[in-house]
Parts: sequence; structure tokens; C-alpha cells
Amino acid sequence: MTVAAESSVAEFPQRWEPPLPNSRGPITEVLFKALVGRPGALGKVPSNERDPLSDDDLHLALYACYEIHYRGFAGVDARWEWNPALVSFRGQLEQAFESALIECFRVTGEQDPSTVKSMLNKIANRSGPPLSRHLRDKASLADFKDYIIHRSAYQLKEADPHSWVIPRLEGKAKAALVEVEFDEFGCGRSERIHAVLFRTTMDAMGLDSRYGAYLDLIPGVTLAPINLMSMFGLHRRLRGAAVGHLAIAEMTSALSNKFVAEGLRRLGYGADATGFFDEHVIADSIHDMVALHDLAGGLLEQDPSLAGDILFGASAWAGVDAAFAQYVLDSWSRKEPSLHTPGGSRLS
Amino acid sequence: MSNEPEVVITAYPDGPYLVRGAYKIVDANGNDIELTRRTVALCRCGRSSQKPWCDSSHKSFNFRDPAKTGRSTSRKKNTSDDPPSHL
Ligand code: FES
Ligand SMILES: [Fe+2]
Ligand SMILES: [Fe+2]
Repeated sequence: MTVAAESSVAEFPQRWEPPLPNSRGPITEVLFKALVGRPGALGKVPSNERDPLSDDDLHLALYACYEIHYRGFAGVDARWEWNPALVSFRGQLEQAFESALIECFRVTGEQDPSTVKSMLNKIANRSGPPLSRHLRDKASLADFKDYIIHRSAYQLKEADPHSWVIPRLEGKAKAALVEVEFDEFGCGRSERIHAVLFRTTMDAMGLDSRYGAYLDLIPGVTLAPINLMSMFGLHRRLRGAAVGHLAIAEMTSALSNKFVAEGLRRLGYGADATGFFDEHVIADSIHDMVALHDLAGGLLEQDPSLAGDILFGASAWAGVDAAFAQYVLDSWSRKEPSLHTPGGSRLS
Repeated sequence: MSNEPEVVITAYPDGPYLVRGAYKIVDANGNDIELTRRTVALCRCGRSSQKPWCDSSHKSFNFRDPAKTGRSTSRKKNTSDDPPSHL
């Protein structure tokens, strides 16, 4: 038996609270102005004609609304979490996002439950933008750091959004989700929490690994997939979509993380930097099977009427994730920054 | 509890064996291979570069479950999870 004595270097820094980001447009202006005050009234969401699947202003606002359920922000009263005006404001943002997702990714009509697993395999095997291949073979160090910063918006709270789903499942599906989540959260060892492994990667690359430190730099197209997870996680009616999303995420993760690890090694990085990605090659080879057959398969056995929701979550995730990858690749090939500059959005 | 098996090994369709329970895994010399998780996946396709673990290499060459391609099984398998034919 080993005795856990010294705390790991990756232990969470004490009392760091991420700052509220800068606003990026009318929606975040209204929201952030309210959030620095006492919980109370909040106006309607200003209308916005931009693409609800990637808009910078909408997705930063939605991300911030969700963040209040995760870790919060420095100077923002924690009682905002269940403030009815904020819940309603968030609901309006979600409605815009969800409608766009449905329009783009929901297949109409009843889905045959017996074909769901093969459909999920099909979605997972669809070739997407070759981001991980680019990282493996070509990406410069600067591009690699940008990529890590993009990923930090989710990876520093990795698996948290799916934990909302646990009480909404039962039986085989619940056991499968908890089996995956237990692994994501380090199997009882805090230094093996996947989010902590990601912090170690960021530290090894000289990046700021404090939770939320880079939020001002991260564009809406990167935040959209994370908002999708939070939305699916926080709405019981969307539990099928949450499960479909998680299945695809796990099914497509191992090989792409293998490429990312190889890219870091190509640039001369060692185990500190690659540890997170190496872990995901092995972990997600397990999670892939559990998520497809036991989680999605288990939920389908219990409730075949969720077939359409599972496929919707899977396609929607694959779609927004591909949009993110394409955006990053396009920015790099045009030699444009893929991140906003500190202190101000390049879209504002 | 007494009639619960100590270890369960499950062959997942077109994928690795998942091992759950109170087990240990040793190398050819009988030395323990470090376990960092409860459930592990053992390579079934033979192509992993991190044996005994599955590293998803089975996906790169479309490993197919031998149970589906001939070997008889006592339980009739549901074929609904067959992979898409274009693979
Ligand atoms: S079974 Fe997965 S790599 Fe061999
Ligand atoms: Fe993970
Ligand atoms: Fe995973």
C-alpha cells in the first residue's frame, strides 16, 4: 500500500477565480454589466443576426451563463446561479443555439433504434477537417500553443458537463456513464484527473494553466461545442443528445489524441506535455466501447424512443467540432490569428 | 456476492476485451504491469503498439469481430451493430 503524502505539483492553486471576460457585443455587454452587480433584473437578449452556431457574442454570453454553474467568476455573486432573470436570459440564448442545431443536424422523422449503433459508427468514421493530422505533421510551435489554448476552455473542466447527466440515467446506462466519468476524474487519484493532466501539459508548454485565464482569447466557434455539452447536460429532456454526443466524442478521441501526442514529440516535448494525450489514447480506447455499447446501447434498450435524440446529439457534436477544426486550420493557412488578442475581440 | 465472478472479461464488438473486477496483469516474466484504472481494454486485434492495452489501432485497419465472421457462438448475436458497409 502506498501512502499519499506530498501533494502533486499539479495541485489546484488556492483561491484563483477567473475574471469575468471582456464583452464582445451587445449581448455580453448587457449580461456582464448585470453580473457585476447584485442579482436582480436583466433585460432581454439584444437581437443579433449572426450565425447562432458560432457567433462570438452569443457564445461568450452563453458560456458565461453556464460558467456560473461550474466555477463562477471573480466578483460575480454566486446567487446569480438560480436568479430567474438570468435563467430566462440563458434560455433565450439556448433557444437560438438549439434551433440552429436542430435545423442543421436533426434528422426528421422517427429513427429506427436497431440502426442507431451503426449510424453512430458511421458518424464517427466520417472524415472531418484534418486538424490532428496537421498537428502531428506540420503545425508550428506557435500554432500548437494556440491549439492548446483553444482546448483549455473545455479541457480544464473536462468531463464536468457530463456529470450533470448522471442523475438522469438509470441501470446500465448510468453504470456506463459513471465508469467513464470515474476514469475522467482520475479513478480516485487527483493527480490523474484528466483536467489536471491538461494543466500539466499547459505548464510544460509555458502557458497559463489557471482555469479560465484565456477566456478573452477564445472565439465563439471554440466555445460553441462546449456550450453544446453544457446545454445537453443541464436539460433532462436532452439526455439522449448528451449521450449521443459523448459516444461520438469518445469514439473519435483516441486516434486524434495519438496524433497530437506525436506532434508534441516532433516539436521536442516530453512526457509532461504529452501525458494528457498519451493517457487519452489508452483511456478513450476503453471509453469508446463503453460509451457506444453500454451507455448509448444501454439507454436505447431502456428507452428506444430516444434514438432520434441520440443521433441528433452525435451529429450536432460532430458538426460543431468540425466547424471548430476547420476554422483553426483556415486561420493558420491564411496566417491569421485563430485567437482573439488580449484586451479586445478582433470582431468588435 | 459469493457467486459473483471475480473478474469479467467482455469482448466488445469489433474491438478489444474489457476487463473488470479484481485482477492483476503480469508480463511474460510474471512482473506486475502497473494498473492505473479499474476497467482496462486488452488488445484483441494484435496491432496495438502499447500491448497489452488497446490503443485503438484496431480502427486503423477495420478489425472485425471473429465471432461475426464465422466462429459459432452459443448465443445468437444481434447483428444490428454491424459497421457501415463502406468501411
Ligand atoms: S483491439 Fe484495439 S488495438 Fe488491438
Ligand atoms: Fe478524458
Ligand atoms: Fe474519455
